[in-house]
Amino acid sequence: MDVLISLLDGIMVALEPINLGLAILGVVVGLFVGAMPGLGSVNGVAILLPFTFVIQSFTGGATSPMIFLAAIYYGAMYGGAISSITLGIPGASTAVSTTFDGRPMALAGKAHIALVAAALASFIGGTISNIMFTGFAPLLASVALSFGDPEVFALMLMAFATFIGLGGDDIPKTIFSICIGLVLATVGFDIVSGEPRLIFFDITGFTHGIRFLVLAIGVYGIGEMLWTINTNRHGSSMTQVDVSARSIIEAIKEFRHAKRGTLIGSFLGFFVGILPAAGATPGALMAYGVAKLTSKDQASFGKGNINGIAAPEAANNSASTGAMLPMMTLGIPGSPTTAVLLAGMVIWGLQPGPLLFTNQPDFVWPLIGSFYISNVIAVLVNLAFIPVFLWMLRMPFTILAPMIFVLSLVGTFAAYLDMFDVSLMVLVGFAAFFLRILDYPVAPAVLAIVLGPIAEPKLRQSLLFSDGDFTIFLTRPIAGPITVVALILIFLPLIKFIKNKMTTKKET
Amino acid sequence: MTFAKQIFIGLVGVTMMTGMLSSTVAAFEPNKPVEFIIMAGKGGGADKMARLLQAIVEKEKLSSRPLFPTNKSGGSGAEALIAAKNANDPDHTIMVTLNSFFTTPLRQPGLRIDNTEFAPIGRMAEDSFLLWVNKDSGITTFEQYLQVAKADGSKWVMGGTGRAGEDNIITNYLNNEFGLTMKYIPYQGGGEVAKQVAGNQLNSSVNNPSEALGFYESGDLVPLVAFTDERLPLFPDVPTLKELGSDFSYFMQRAVVGAPGMSEDALAYYTDLFTKVYASADWQDYKTKQSLMGEFMSGDQLRAYWDQQNSRHTVILKASGDIK
Repeated sequence: MDVLISLLDGIMVALEPINLGLAILGVVVGLFVGAMPGLGSVNGVAILLPFTFVIQSFTGGATSPMIFLAAIYYGAMYGGAISSITLGIPGASTAVSTTFDGRPMALAGKAHIALVAAALASFIGGTISNIMFTGFAPLLASVALSFGDPEVFALMLMAFATFIGLGGDDIPKTIFSICIGLVLATVGFDIVSGEPRLIFFDITGFTHGIRFLVLAIGVYGIGEMLWTINTNRHGSSMTQVDVSARSIIEAIKEFRHAKRGTLIGSFLGFFVGILPAAGATPGALMAYGVAKLTSKDQASFGKGNINGIAAPEAANNSASTGAMLPMMTLGIPGSPTTAVLLAGMVIWGLQPGPLLFTNQPDFVWPLIGSFYISNVIAVLVNLAFIPVFLWMLRMPFTILAPMIFVLSLVGTFAAYLDMFDVSLMVLVGFAAFFLRILDYPVAPAVLAIVLGPIAEPKLRQSLLFSDGDFTIFLTRPIAGPITVVALILIFLPLIKFIKNKMTTKKET
Repeated sequence: MTFAKQIFIGLVGVTMMTGMLSSTVAAFEPNKPVEFIIMAGKGGGADKMARLLQAIVEKEKLSSRPLFPTNKSGGSGAEALIAAKNANDPDHTIMVTLNSFFTTPLRQPGLRIDNTEFAPIGRMAEDSFLLWVNKDSGITTFEQYLQVAKADGSKWVMGGTGRAGEDNIITNYLNNEFGLTMKYIPYQGGGEVAKQVAGNQLNSSVNNPSEALGFYESGDLVPLVAFTDERLPLFPDVPTLKELGSDFSYFMQRAVVGAPGMSEDALAYYTDLFTKVYASADWQDYKTKQSLMGEFMSGDQLRAYWDQQNSRHTVILKASGDIK
């Protein structure tokens, strides 16, 4: 009961005119930042952090500035889906998996359904995670603490397994694609030995490793554009879209088919989000993998399944709220964006840690209240803007292609301010195009480059801990079951394959 | 999206025009945003500090141009050092440094970085280190720690940030000085290390106060000994290693430096800027709360400090076998 009263008090504070105004402003800013390819919540929050000191000097206290930044964070999670669906370029790294099914739906003239599904799934994901955050924050913080290196590695293994065990795709090619991603993920300085690895031609740009967005924008911006040009050589294709209010209502009705994906995304995303070092991008990718794996209709994923949009979108919103948890209760950021928020809190004079909830209730509860408010604002603003986004799709591809090209270049540069990354992104785009011509799936490579940098240090830290003994992943109470499930998922296709062989033999 | 782009271009245009109008003929004034390189990733101690410095500059309106922070965390500062060395415009490139400013050029001579070429703008503070254990271990004194760690041998695990960095140096010292064989596991950041100790995944750490403060206040982490010359005001009951009879202290510099090739006028401007930042109430408050030590230092004094740190780290890294 105490929790509910505190929450109601918090919501009342969050509804004060100044805080409400900041939340609306933040959501709108976040929506646009998120929709710009390359720019994600982390850029929005980092750029506007100094502005919060102006807010603080007006309102005193850390609550209003934090509400503003959290609203940007929320808005960006909604916005990321927009360019993923309409242009096929991930608006932010968290929305990469939204392109898998969002783009095909848009090309099939169902962009309105995809956009509405993304908005509603985000809303539900956000709400479910808010409720879990409100009710169980201290308990969940102890769960996060019980996850050591072997546990995190086991979880990453499971994420890989969901992508290998997907059946439908060509398995050797999937594994090959994962391996390419893993190799690219090792470029840069090795954290355990401190030695440089795969610094090609001594180019300093490789010292920071190949950044995820460089790969994502290359693959889905440039690569996708080349592919579309290649397949539509005759005449310019124009996506048919229906922008009437009736179509939006029809799309909302259509959302009932996305229940399963939304629920998977909401819970899985939240859980991955609360683990420090993971964050929303792996959360969304894993939700996509699980949604596909557990679906009766696996073949339709990647071709425009509504659950393939709902799962990652619910997950990235849910994970963003989840990532706030270790930041506030343990003082450890679960994602790059929460790292900047953490810096903000310290600058405003707060000490994140296990005592934050007890020592700073005047800060914590209005902030949690504002999560609920921002979530409502974000879904309303987003639905209202959908006709505008759809209108963009009416442009013929001959106009859209150069726009995508420019946005890919600008977006990559804006994300890291490094020209080397821009050239690398174009190179990656061509490589992805050729892989696609040769019929290799690129999504597993993208997954590998997200999870590789998390999995590899965890594997090696675990093995350092156990003196090289691999049973550490099986003997620990939490890591053990996860590893077993992951191994089953990995070998499932093999078992299926043998089974199929045997049945066909019987028939002949 | 085109709309957003137009706004962006518009804003850039306006900023550039106001820039032209307000440029004066002072000795040196930045005439564009100043790139503020951070030698570490987002969320760590250096990052928090850089963003606070940026915020103070804006809040107190100390500079006509904003500082623009960029994180370059690759290779224990190697990426940042190279970026600063190759900066197109050294007068508009400054950097927040850690001790990797000393250790990385020593460990990787191939980078051809001479840290004495950097412009000594100002040392804002020195960060301190303490030895931490989980309260469940039941250890409350350094003597008990030595007993338990000795008995456990290489089963006793110390976590720290990076290989051959500050934490590794202190761990090596403890191992050599007290005949321990603790195992050292490197992590990406100090916050993660503190969490692993709080979650009983690791046995101990040598975190900075700021990284462990949250868990210290909640009672999960217990400080045993400080690697400082005098007791820290925030931890009055924690003895220093010197008190316990070993002549060892270790600090991390939190300094702002200018890119090699920065002009004398620009150096004077930034030194003046950060002297003001150092004196600001916000910075002093942050220094106290995060248990930072050390007075402001700049120019020749800071250069002399670097020389001293360079020779000390050469000795330390030779002893640990990280350099020949």
